[in-house]
Parts: sequence; C-alpha cells; structure tokens
Amino acid sequence: MSTFIAISFSGLALGAIYFLVASGLSLIYGLMEVLNFAHGAFLTVGAYAAWVTATHLPASVSAPERFLVAVVVAVLAGAVIAGATEVALIRPLYRRPVSQILVTVGLDLVVVALLLGVFGSNSQAVPVPSWLAGATRVGPEILPNADFVALGAGAAVLLGLVWFLGHARYGLIIRAGVENRDMVAALGINVRRAFTLVFVIGGAAAGLAGILNSVVFSGALVSPTQGDSLLIFAFIVVVIGGLGSLWGSALAAVMVGMLQDYVSFYAGTGGLAQMGSISVVLLLAVVLLVRPSGLMGEAR
Amino acid sequence: MRPLSPQLAALRARLTGGPSSRLPRGVLAVVLVLLAVVPLLGFSVPGLMPGPAAPVNSAGTLQVLGLCLVFAGVAVGYDVLFGRTGLLSFGPALYFALGVYVFDIAISDWGWSPGPALVLTLASAIVVALALGSICLRVGGIAFAMVTLAFAQAGYFLAQSNPLGLTGGDTGLVLSSSRLPGFLVGVANTPNLYWVALGYLVVALLLAWWASSSAAGLVWTAIRDNQLRVEVMGYRPFPFKLASFVLSSVVSSAGGVVYLLLVGTAAPTSVASTSVTVSILVMVVLGGAGSLWGPALGAMVYVYLQQYLLGFSGLPAFASLPGPLRIPLSQPDFLLGAIFILFVIFVPGGLAGLAQRLPRRASHVKEAPS
Repeated sequence: MSTFIAISFSGLALGAIYFLVASGLSLIYGLMEVLNFAHGAFLTVGAYAAWVTATHLPASVSAPERFLVAVVVAVLAGAVIAGATEVALIRPLYRRPVSQILVTVGLDLVVVALLLGVFGSNSQAVPVPSWLAGATRVGPEILPNADFVALGAGAAVLLGLVWFLGHARYGLIIRAGVENRDMVAALGINVRRAFTLVFVIGGAAAGLAGILNSVVFSGALVSPTQGDSLLIFAFIVVVIGGLGSLWGSALAAVMVGMLQDYVSFYAGTGGLAQMGSISVVLLLAVVLLVRPSGLMGEAR
Repeated sequence: MRPLSPQLAALRARLTGGPSSRLPRGVLAVVLVLLAVVPLLGFSVPGLMPGPAAPVNSAGTLQVLGLCLVFAGVAVGYDVLFGRTGLLSFGPALYFALGVYVFDIAISDWGWSPGPALVLTLASAIVVALALGSICLRVGGIAFAMVTLAFAQAGYFLAQSNPLGLTGGDTGLVLSSSRLPGFLVGVANTPNLYWVALGYLVVALLLAWWASSSAAGLVWTAIRDNQLRVEVMGYRPFPFKLASFVLSSVVSSAGGVVYLLLVGTAAPTSVASTSVTVSILVMVVLGGAGSLWGPALGAMVYVYLQQYLLGFSGLPAFASLPGPLRIPLSQPDFLLGAIFILFVIFVPGGLAGLAQRLPRRASHVKEAPS
C-alpha cells in the first residue's frame, strides 16, 4: 500500500510538471493556433539560467536563498526568451500559420545546438538546499519534499491562471480571444499585445517547469536535451485534454503523469523499460478514437 | 488515360504547377546522368570534403554522397504528404526507422534473403501506416502534427527498450553481411551502394511525380488549398489523405532500407528520434515544399552541409579557432537551424522557389525598355 501511495504521489508530481509545460502550449494554441515547438527550448533555457545563477552567486548567499533566486531567474529567462520569440519570429508570420510552426522548429534546433556548443553535452548539477533533497513523514508515508514543491507549483500556476483568466483585464481579453479572436479585434482591442502576453506567461511557466523537472526527476541535473523529451509528453497532454482548455490540460496532465508512473513501476521490468512512456501514447490513441476533440476540448 | 480537355489541362498545369513544371525534364535527366557517373570519377576536387583531398569516387566521399541521395528520396516521399497534400506530419522518422529495423531483423536475425526481407519491410510499412494513419487523420491541422509526433516517439521508445531482444536497445543493430549479395558488401563496393541509392531516388521521384499528376494527386492539391471546398464538391477527403499518408510512409521505409545498406548499422538516436523527423522537415522546406525536385535538392544540400561541418569540426586546425567562431561551427544544427529560420521567413518557396524567380526577373528586365 505504501509503495502504491508513493508511486501515486510521484505520478501526481510528474503531472504537475507536465501541466506547467502544457498550460502555456495550450494557451498559445488556443489564442493563436500556433504549435510552439520551441517550448522545450524555453524550458531548457530556464533550467540553464537557474544553473548559471545558482553556481555564480557569491558564497555568502545561503543555500535556500540561492535556490530561490535561481528559480526566479529561470522564470524570468523563460518569459524573456518566449516574449522575444513572439515579437521577433512569430509576429512577422501572422498570415502564415505553417511557417509559424516551422520557425519554432528552427528556433528549437538553434537554441539546443547553442547550449550544446557553449556548455557541452554533459549534464550540469544545480546546487539545491538540503531540505529539497529530503523527505517528509505524512502519517505513515514518507514522501519526497521535491514532489511537494512540484505539486505546489503546479497548483499555484493553475489557480493563478484561473484567477487571471477570470478576473484580470488582459486575462479576459485572452479568454475572449480563445473563443473568437476576430470578434475581439473587431471590438477595437489590441489582440496582438495579448499574443505577446500568452507567450510570456507560457515561457515563464516553462522556465519554472525546466528547473523543477531537473530538481524533482533528474537528480538536480540540467542537460541541453531535457526540454525536447518533456515537450513530447506535454504535446500529448494538450491533445488529450483538448486544445485550448486549461482545465483539460490539468486533468490530462495528472492522468498522463500517474499512468506513466504506474505502468513504469508495475510493468516496466524486463525488456520493456519504456512501457510507461508507450502506454501514454496508447492512451492518446484511445482518446482520439473515442473523443477526437480531447477530454474537455470543443470540436473545431 | 483519357486525354484531358484544354480547360482541365490548364487547371492541372496550374494545380500541379509551381517550380516542378518550370524545370525542363531535360535538365533533370542531365542531372541524374551526371549523378550516375560520379563513382567513375577518379580525380579529386579540392575542398569537396574537409581534410586531405581524396578522389571523388573514394569510399568516404561516395558514402556521404550516397547519404545525400537516400535522404533526397525520403524528402521527396515526405513532400507528397506535406507539400502536396498539406498535412504537416511529425512522424516520418517512425517509417524510416521501421524500414531500417524490419529489414535488419529479417536479414540478420531470421536469416532471410534480401528480396523477401524487402517485401516484408514494405508490407509492414503499409500495414502500420494504414493503422496509424487512420487514427492520426481523425484530427486535423495542429493536432495531427502532435499526434504523429507522439506515435513516432513511441516507436523511438520501443526501439530503445529492446522488445524480445530484437532491436538491440540504445546500441542498436549491425546489418549482418552474410545474407547479402556480394556486390553490396564491403568498402570496395561503395559505388554499387551509391547506385542503389540513386536508383531509390529515381524511383521515389517517379512515384511522387506519377501520384501527384494522377486524379488522386489533383484531389490532394485541392485538399491542401481548401479542404472545405473539396468536401462541398462531394469528395470524402479521408481516403485521399490516407493514401497520401501511406505512400509517403512507404517511400520513407524504403529509404530506411537503403540507408541501412549504406551505413550498415541501426541505432535509435540516428534513425528513430525526433531529430530525424526535424531534419527531413528542414530538408523539404529548404528545397521548397510542394515542388517535385525541390525537396530532393534541399536534402542533398542539407546532408552535404551537415557531413561537411561534422568532418570540418573534427580537423586538428579546428581547435585553434576562436571560441565565438568555433562553438557555432562545431554544432551543424546551429547553422542549419539558423539557415532554416531565414528561409522560412524570407524564402518561403525554398531553393526551388528561388530558381523559379530568377529567370522570370531576368525576362522582366529585358522587356522593360519597350
């Protein structure tokens, strides 16, 4: 029983990371119909920014502060590169949707190659406070602290986005834009500013996901290709949840994360070490056969 | 085939038009003949490949050129789906890898001879493409791209996890040469492998040309340009899209077989990963999506540049370059990705589109004074 709870909890944390990546992808797609292939690169840039920060702060900074500053820098780095991408590469191509996708594919190639060239292909270790590497006893269970942090971050971003989209002025514009972009533009509202904003929000969430993914699942290591492997699962989450649906992404992220963990643990022995990942693709196939628009997506 | 009425012929010329119709068939034939005699050239061309000069028909150079031809064929096949039918798939690596692995397993593990192994490979490509195509085509546009990517990644995971000890996991497989005919084995026979690759490219070009100019090919173009209108005209797009998907996948798988013959090994990262898909996509866009010969040209330029840069960064002189020059040059993906971005933004028609524009501009200048 205790193993089962531990696996469930770790699956939930994995789902939280998936949600951080998928929420941005889903918002960007919902508003702009852009498949952002460079989202994985935003994530990796965030993780590297955190690593550079954490290893270059003066020695007088304590470990928890060092890590907090690194996380903030990761979020900012993700937001900045995403915003710059929208302005410099996506904006000139508004009338060419396929080109927008292609340009993000190219950007992903360039960014990953640059990180490889500058920092090498070896993984780099981010110094983390000892508390983060420890575990906490909850009733009879001992659960890793890092998982709590991932879950907390996922929940905070979900609630923050729900509030933002429901109450803030620009949030309402984004939501209205997801419903009907042309109508929002016809009402004289500058939708393009909202375009940049969803990229910034998505990039910030991706940056956060980048450093948390390293800390929670990769032993605090950052590597140039970590974003691309996570991105594919985020794509799957977005399609299962329904393109453009925030709650759909959250639900699908938890489903995918937990399924992947259960299958990896209970069936991932012997010759099928990757069975957990494969099962997620099978889930995607089933969802598409039964409900092509995803769990909570509207048929387009 | 019944002769077309002039109106329909004009419509076909417009629909299948674009750069392909601009390149005279004679030019294409001359290029293919030139490519065919490359293994006979015993002299060396300075700067053709980095490092000490070697004759054009040396095994190393021929293998690089053979790779160019293989990926040219794969790109032509992929373009049937992307450029012709307008479906952005992120899955060609799956079918390429399927060709590599099925052929390798049939030959090396089961001891089949190449003929039956090829039939099995192509048959399994058709079956897998029919099954996965039917699922992927339930969604359109962006979701289609994501779903094809997910299936391709599942194929990568499968190859990595070594099911039943068949795929060799991360290290992959080596093609056992004992079951292959002698003229395809060994470094001395690289010219033969080069010609096999060229033959594959010619078949891919002919298939793509024949399919695109058939009645179904016209529907593909119409689906690409306006699917709603195709539906209103009473066509069901699904079977046409599936046919395009299957044809494109089978050409990819056949390319995988030729790649395996040429390279001799199959490893998941080099044949099944997303980076294979991305390279194919980059080749097609560089060359010009939707034009018959553009993707082939794009692939040759891409593979040649990539191999050249890889060889270049391995030279001893390379280490003495200053950092800002050395770091980007050591990563072929950086330069290729940057070129790709520039092409997407500024040269949407690719190399084929450029070639099409040049003569037009020249004739325009001539007419201007009158």
